[in-house]
Amino acid sequence: MKKYVAILLTAILFSALCLTGCGGGNTLTLNVYNWGEYISDGSEGSFDTIREFEVWYEETYGTPVKVNYTTFASNEDMYNKISSGAVSYDVVIPSDYMIARMAEEGMLLPLDFNNIPNYQYIDEDFKSLYYDPNGQYTVPYAYGIVGVIYNANEVDVEDVGDWDLLWNDKYANKILQFNNSRDAFGMAMYKLGLDVNTTEEAVWDSAYEELAKQRPLVYSLVMDEIYNMMESGEAAIGAYYAGDYFTMKDAQAEDVDLKFYYPERTNYYVDAMCIPTCCENKELAEIFINYMLSEEPAIANAEYTYYASPNRLVYENEAYREEMGEEAMAVLNQHVEDFGAQFAVNAYRNLPRETLDYINTLWETVKIN
Amino acid sequence: MKRSSKIYTAIIFVFLFAPIAILLLFSFNEAKSLSVFSGFSLDWYRELISDRSTLESVKNTLILAAASTVISTVMGTAAALGMYRLRREWYKALMNTVTNIPMVNPDIITGISMMLVFVFVGRLFSASTSLNFWTMLIAHVTFCLPYVIFQVLPKLQQMDGNLLEAAQDLGCTPFRAFFKVTLPEILPGVITGAIMAFTLSLDDFVISYFTSGNDFQTLPIRIYGMTKKTVTPKMYALATIIFFVTLALLLLNNVVDNEEGRKLRDRKKQKRQAA
Repeated sequence: MKKYVAILLTAILFSALCLTGCGGGNTLTLNVYNWGEYISDGSEGSFDTIREFEVWYEETYGTPVKVNYTTFASNEDMYNKISSGAVSYDVVIPSDYMIARMAEEGMLLPLDFNNIPNYQYIDEDFKSLYYDPNGQYTVPYAYGIVGVIYNANEVDVEDVGDWDLLWNDKYANKILQFNNSRDAFGMAMYKLGLDVNTTEEAVWDSAYEELAKQRPLVYSLVMDEIYNMMESGEAAIGAYYAGDYFTMKDAQAEDVDLKFYYPERTNYYVDAMCIPTCCENKELAEIFINYMLSEEPAIANAEYTYYASPNRLVYENEAYREEMGEEAMAVLNQHVEDFGAQFAVNAYRNLPRETLDYINTLWETVKIN
Repeated sequence: MKRSSKIYTAIIFVFLFAPIAILLLFSFNEAKSLSVFSGFSLDWYRELISDRSTLESVKNTLILAAASTVISTVMGTAAALGMYRLRREWYKALMNTVTNIPMVNPDIITGISMMLVFVFVGRLFSASTSLNFWTMLIAHVTFCLPYVIFQVLPKLQQMDGNLLEAAQDLGCTPFRAFFKVTLPEILPGVITGAIMAFTLSLDDFVISYFTSGNDFQTLPIRIYGMTKKTVTPKMYALATIIFFVTLALLLLNNVVDNEEGRKLRDRKKQKRQAA
């Protein structure tokens, strides 16, 4: 009797395995790995990018495709998952410095741009940036620039300008700082006109001095918490990405009036689509990337994320410009002409281990004081 | 003294339930903010219903929790039965300790070690993707199993062993005797074990994080990934729903426990009367 039960259970288990293993027939699968909340997903009545792609692909090529769309929380999470070799992905969307690292370690496949004709719509300034100098691995998806967000009801107009606002003791206990060593040090280094990618410890020391000066004025070290603190008026000054400013502005309390400006020098980043070496269907992945660049999905994604798009189909689109409003377009696309030059100087690059360790030690000291 | 103990209890309850109450309140907020309550609305619940990818991850979470509950309850009950019948005391103690290890082991260690095993096995068969739904299921069953055993074993020990012998004496096959006599006796333990397994699997993040593949993402992992933007109030709506489901399960568990307590008292009474 026991034997039969054991045999039965094993049979059930195997049949279940088989059902998922060999099921599906000729359906293609595409594994996409992206940041969370970084694609228009059909919520709030928006365009459901993934589902629309599945429908479009089947209509165009006659073969059903199933997109497995999963999300990661940081570049490092994504890197660990892929480099463990445990899981294969067809399309990933990491940030600039991580792309540089992956390309260096041979983790990316060169793209066949014949399958990505929409690449022509990407602004020239966003092609062949430092992380992909020959423009062979990546197609930019979105970019962002850090700026200063402040509550106009609390901050005097004459104090506004450059990074000095975050060091102004008039606003002690109203200022927010990044809770992340690279961004916090970056802010001090942009203010002082230093190179944010230096390996010289003395330079980091002087940035540390500047942060130590600011520390008594800082209300809190934040990442995501900045949204609630700025929206509610709990804090009055903080630095974050331009796109996120619009998210905050949308949710600001009645007595809060959020405004935004770019300091002279600041951080630039690009997130780009690329194909890792573990990809199993490269052509399908390229078709997906091409689809993401076509008008409707590209606009939907830009509207959903509020991040600036390097795609001409998006930022030259009348409906999109109207939807975003004049102010938003002025802020989002301010640097579009000289992006390449600014990015080359001001983007964070991958630093050697020792330098990162050194920064982190300094950062811990800043935090304690 | 009495008043101070009441205040103490009140404080404890505030700490326990204030966060949940706030979450509940703001899931009905009209605005997007977590700091300003601007009016009552069901918008976020409506939003939640139309968010396909979140619902997909909820569905995944439920499938995984249900599957791991069924498997770990069956396996755990069988294991408890086997351990109960062991004769040698030292062997019994050893088995007990070994099965309890996944329960006391930190999640992060269980997660990483399981991932290593799966990757290793995947490499052996040169699979391109060694992590998927099944690896997650195996991992979840692994950490749920000890909780089921932990609940069922004491019930077996409380059971009157003579009952089973009597049933077999009267012609029951061991298999039938299990379903006729043992199972009804240990059922409360089995149910509690199953409920524990379900809730544990439902909210596990760490182990799922390490063992998840590219085709199956559970809700905790999805929420963790929401770093580009802030978590929207529709997640509060979802959390509120989950809270009430878990609460319902807990209440059910209590009903089962009470029922069993009543039975025990009845039996004791009968014994006294018989004596």
